[in-house]
Formats: sequence, C-alpha cells, structure tokens
Amino acid sequence: MSLISATAIYKSFAGVQALKGASFDLQPGEVHALVGENGAGKTTLIKVITGAVTADGGKLEVNGAAIRDNDPQRARSLGVAAIYQQPALFPDLTVAENIALETEPSGLWRRVNWPRRHERARVLLQQIGAHIDSRALVSELSMPQQQLVEIARALGADARVLILDEPTASLTGQEVEKLFTVVHQLRAAGTGIIYISHRLDELFQLADRITVLRDGMSIATRLAIDVDKQSLIRMMVGKELTATGETSHQSPGEILLETRNLSSRASGLTDITISVRAGEILGLAGLVGSGRTDLARTLFGLEPWDTGEVLLRGENITIRNPGDAIRSGIALVPEDRRRHGVIASMTISQNMTLAALSDISKHGLIDERAEHRASAALTRALGVKTPSIHNAAGNLSGGNQQKVALARWLATDPAVLILDEPTQGVDIGAKSEIYELIREIADRGKAVIMISSDWPELLSMSDRIAVMREGAVTGVIERSEATQERLLRLAFGQSAG
Amino acid sequence: MRPILNFSTIKTNGGLTRNSREWSVAAAALAMFALMAIAAPSFYSAGNLRDLALTNAPVLIIAVGMTLVILSGHIDISVGSGFAVCTVVAGALAKLGLPMPVVAAGTIVSGVFIGAGNGLLAGVLGLPSIVVTLATMVILRDSLRWATEGAWIQNLPASFQWGGLGQFPGQVLIVLVTLGIFAFFAWAARNLSGGRAIYATGSDSEAARLAGIRPQRVVFGVFAITGALVGTAALLNAVRFAQVQSNSGVGLELKVIAAVVVGGASITGGRATLWGTAIGLVLLGTIGTALTFLGASPYWEKAIQGGIILAAVAADSWLGRRARNVRAEATLS
Repeated sequence: MSLISATAIYKSFAGVQALKGASFDLQPGEVHALVGENGAGKTTLIKVITGAVTADGGKLEVNGAAIRDNDPQRARSLGVAAIYQQPALFPDLTVAENIALETEPSGLWRRVNWPRRHERARVLLQQIGAHIDSRALVSELSMPQQQLVEIARALGADARVLILDEPTASLTGQEVEKLFTVVHQLRAAGTGIIYISHRLDELFQLADRITVLRDGMSIATRLAIDVDKQSLIRMMVGKELTATGETSHQSPGEILLETRNLSSRASGLTDITISVRAGEILGLAGLVGSGRTDLARTLFGLEPWDTGEVLLRGENITIRNPGDAIRSGIALVPEDRRRHGVIASMTISQNMTLAALSDISKHGLIDERAEHRASAALTRALGVKTPSIHNAAGNLSGGNQQKVALARWLATDPAVLILDEPTQGVDIGAKSEIYELIREIADRGKAVIMISSDWPELLSMSDRIAVMREGAVTGVIERSEATQERLLRLAFGQSAG
Repeated sequence: MRPILNFSTIKTNGGLTRNSREWSVAAAALAMFALMAIAAPSFYSAGNLRDLALTNAPVLIIAVGMTLVILSGHIDISVGSGFAVCTVVAGALAKLGLPMPVVAAGTIVSGVFIGAGNGLLAGVLGLPSIVVTLATMVILRDSLRWATEGAWIQNLPASFQWGGLGQFPGQVLIVLVTLGIFAFFAWAARNLSGGRAIYATGSDSEAARLAGIRPQRVVFGVFAITGALVGTAALLNAVRFAQVQSNSGVGLELKVIAAVVVGGASITGGRATLWGTAIGLVLLGTIGTALTFLGASPYWEKAIQGGIILAAVAADSWLGRRARNVRAEATLS
C-alpha cells in the first residue's frame, strides 16, 4: 500500500496553472526524488500533500484512504512532516521544548514533566545519531543541527512521510554526508521520503525513484538506476527551446560594466567575472538561490564585496551604498516590486522622481513643474495606464506598477540597468510591452542586465546569457548558441556540452 | 472610472494625502467654535484668545517636529522631558547674565543635542524609537530633578521675561515666530527634497533605501530637527514668566502626539500633514477652555480628548478599509 498516492492533481493560483494533472506516489521505505526546473510545480505539489494549499482537482490518498479536505493539521496527524531549507523552529526555546511542541499533547492545564520531556528529546536525537543537548537553545545551534532537530521532531510525531525540500542547499560536504546517513536510516525503518534537490548528483546517491515535473505535469517516474543526468535534464526541458524573436538592432558598443573576480563571503559570491556592453542585454540565468539576486544587490551597493573589482567604462569604482551606485549610473529595479519597487502610498509622479530628486531640484528645492513634466513624459513614453500622474501608485495593476518602477530608474538616466525578474506577476499583455521597453532601453545605448527565471523570456530577450550556480558563474553563452538544455545543464552544474 | 475612486484617493501635487480626515477634524473644530459663539460668546474675548494662543504656541512648535518624526515612521516621547531640560537651560543661561541671543542659541542647541542623541540611537543604530525615547524621557526628567533638586530658577534678569521687549511686543513675537516656523515646515515638507525623503522613508524605508535615500540619515535629521524645535518651544514658553520651573512639560508628549494623530497622521508613518496637525491641535488645545466656558467640569477635558482620539483612529480605520475595497474593485475592473 502506498504511503502517498496523488493522482491527476490540479491547482491554479490567480489564473496561473501551477499543477496540471501531476501524479506522484510514495512507498514505505523508499526515497522518491522530485525534480524539475523553477516553476515546474514541485513546491505546489508538496504544499498539496502537506495541506498548505487545497488542490482544485485530483485525488490524494494517504495510507490508502482518500483525503478530501486536507489541511496542515490533518496532514500532520496522518504522519506527514516537511523540512524546508530554512529550519522552522522557535529560536528562543530549547531543543526539548521545540520537539515537545509537536510531540506532546497540548492543553491549557497540562503539567509539564520536564525530566520526561528532556528524556524523550534525548532518545529521539539519539535515534538519528545527533549529539545535541536537549537543553540548548535552538538559536545556539548551527543550521545542520537545527535540521536534525526538525527530523527528530518529525520522528517524535510518528511521521511516516518525510518531505525534505532542498535540505542540503546550505550544508557543507561533511554535513551532507551526515544527513544522508540519517535518511538511509529512516528509509531502512520504513519511512517514506520525498526528496527535492537541485543537486542532481545527490539524487543518484540517495533516491530509489525519480519523478520529473514540467509545467505542472509529471513527465516521467523512473528508477534512479535507469536514468542519468543527461536524460533527466532532457526530460525537464521538454521541447527544444532556442533563442527566438528579434535580435538587437545594432552591434553592441563599449563595455560599460565589468566585474573581475568579484567575491563576497556574506552573500556567497565567488569569483564573478562578467561584462556587459552598451546596447546589450545580458541575461542572468540560474535556479532559485543561485546568487543572481545577490550579484545584483552587490552591484547596487546593497551588499558588500570582499575581493575583486567592479569597473564602469573601464574605471575602477567603489559602491558602498545605493547612492554611490546611482551616482555611478547603475540602477536596479528590484525583484519584490510589490514590497519595494514602488511606494504604494506615494503618487505615480513622486515614485517616478524619487531616485532622481537631485535632478529636479535646486539646493534641495523641488521644482514641481519640472517634476510633473518629467513624470508626465515618462508616463506617456512607458504607456502607464492612469488617469492622472497624481494617483497613488498602489492603485495601478502589476504591469503598470512595474512600468513606474522602470520609469523611476530611467529618470536617473543610468548607464547600466539591472532588472530582477521584471515580468514576475505581470499579465501577458503588459509583459510584451515591458519586453519592448527593455529592448528599446538597450537600443538607446544602455547596458541591461536581466535576471529571469522564465527561460523563454531569457532566450528571446538576451544577447548573451550568463548562468549562475551556487554563487558562481558556470558559463556565458552567446545568443546564437543558447538552448534551454544547455542553460539548464549549466544551472545544474554540468558542462554545457 | 467611478467617481468614488477619484473622491477617496485625491492627491494634491505636493505629496500631502488629502483624504477627508483633515476636513472632518476641521468641521468638528468649526462646530465647536459655532457652539461657543452661541452658548458662550465670552469665549471670544481678546484675553481668552490671547491666552489660548500663547499656551498652545509652544505645543504647536513641538507638534511640527512630532509630525515629521511620526511621518518618518518613528515616535519621540521624550519631548516633554526635553522641554523641561531646555527650559532650565534657558533659565540657567539667563541667570549667568548672558545676553538674550546667546541664551536663545544655547537653549536651542541643547535641544539639538537631545534630539541628535535620540536620532543616533533610533536612526543610526536602528533601536526601536519608542524604547529609546522612553529611556531618554526618564533619564532627562530624573537628571533634571537631581540637578535642580526641584528648585525653580528665580530672580532672573529683567531682559529675560518677554526677551526684554515688554509684554505686548513679546506676545506678538511669540505668535509670529510660531506661525513662521509652522509655515516654513508646511512649505518644506512639500517642496524640499528632504521632505520627500521623509515621506518615502516613513512609507517604506527599504524601498526608500533602494531609491538611493539613506533612511538612517533621514531619521537622524528628523530627530535632531525635533530637538531644535523643542528647544525653541521651551524658550518661547519660558520667557512668558519671571521665573523658571524645573518640572515643566509633564505629559506634553501625549498632547503633541494626540494632535498629530487626530490631524490624520498614520501612526505607522508615511502619512501626515502639518495642516492636519495644526487643526488637530486647535481642536484638542481649546476644548478644555471651551468646557470651562460652557460651565462643564474641567475634569471632563481629558476624557473628551481621549474620546476624540479614539473617534479619529476609528474613522481612519474605517475610511482606510473602504478605500482599500474601492481600490481592489478598481484593480479588478
């Protein structure tokens, strides 16, 4: 009997179909890996199983019994436990208290038996071979130790199904080995383990079966010994996708921005050497967490770097804060537009001029007419749909907000424009408008760096694509040679082939 | 576009959100004044109006600073203690026989030091401003008690009271300086890029940082300015008397914060207008006197002030929810 059997699961979020008939099953005593590129539906499928979201359609069975209204409480009581990349423990409570929270019955007047609570925690930790003091505060533990506490807690709650979502992303080689030992133990004890990782090598060490998700569908389920990385990547990619659409209208000019061996311990960047020319769009590809956003933030002065240099038009520059970056002519349209790209309560006009206040003011005095002229011109040029530039930016649709965020940075007349996921959450109509805008910005002699998790978008927009993995650039591919498979291979740490 | 959408989200071009709040508070104040005209016309005697203006002038000056602080997403509850310290500094400097301009400068500078201290802790070090200023509030008040042992500063030189100008010119000067300060900041918040930076910082400090503004500096500056205003207010208040108290300004912070909040400021920052603050103070600062003239017990003053604050906040929450609903509909359509 299967521990988990999910059949033809459908789920959509706000019109986006995240799962389109995905199926998955888990047997006792097996490690079943789930792979797929960003947005393939892995996380959503996990959320359906843990009850964090409710499926729109399909059948979910746990231990052979159909589950109709799954919710987190229910899933947990059925023995489903999930451990994510970031441990979800209470840092100010002790290890024993954290374990007790899920393993002891609750009740307002229940008296705590402290010796038994610690004894239980100790036994659970011992079972997985973790040498952790049950009296230690969780905040004093290292990340891998916290993971072990989570696993012990799951064991204490009688988890039959353990979901590990990118558990090794922030572990060192030795810590990974230790985790694998625990996973092997659990498997031997009959626990079913769903394992998600971007590190394909791990899957072959650990998994019995591998299911590939693509565009919300389960493409194939194979025995791990029957597949290799090559074929897995091919299954993830699906149809061959190459660069399409218009190429740049002119040949790129001088190199505007260049990094040489840029490394930062704080944000995990190692030895980044890239360059982008005037009139060129450099795509920045990589899986979530590969360091693309960190690189963007470093170039914009939001994160420090330790070694290496950044050159603008061939000259060494220091960027200590966004103000330095703006003065040097570097602009960043951040990823999280809804939170930090525009200020919802301020007007469209004020948002557009916020980064260029010094250009529309003299001795700190804002020239309102100049401000309105500038923002009215930008509103027209970018086609922001609004009755007035004095409306609050928060009233605009996602696509129009993104245009306002873009306008803010065009107002500073930057040499280099960095865009982090510029079309995320933007509807299709506005998307193509934003593509045109980006192309036009490049054609006007700006250097554009575009981070995107949308492969077709990257392939059709970029003149060159740099692929990142674990904080390093694993390859830079010319447009003419770019295919989704090659990019994905670099993103997964394979040679481009 | 629905008319209601336009109505609820009208923006003036200077960045001041003009929702109906300022208007409803102004309407309440006008209603009270109308009632006084009918029920107790003596409220409008020259003497009473002068008293109201002079007692509320220093409060308005501090409220200007508080508006900026709240606008930037912070709060300063040490203004009452700062006021007391600056008052004593003014008296002590005058007692030394220093000329009046030096006394004035010294008082304002001491205020700047207090504000800068708050700004350093809350803005630069990023400590929560309510805790920082709670601490400075207590520290300043008790240091003052220790230093003065509760004694008033008496026998001040004749040049101190009314700045040596005489009562009437002195009173006129106080009112003019207050109006001048208010007018300048009302203009500056709208027209200087520094004012814009305060709005942006209070609305979303991370977004402001991403736009090249330095929120730490903005917050530091706002606290320092507030300190200067507290010093100025203390000076203008002290010169009304022939001796200087050592325990003035108790509870002043509450009065000031109430005026700002009733005037339409969002306590979480990013939304406030100086006009709103002024109207809020007009309402809260005169209601006690009005009650006395109506023959009601002055003990009701605080309760009614509290009621006004609650009503203002409740109205805000209700209006805010309605505006959000309208916004959601507008995005859908």
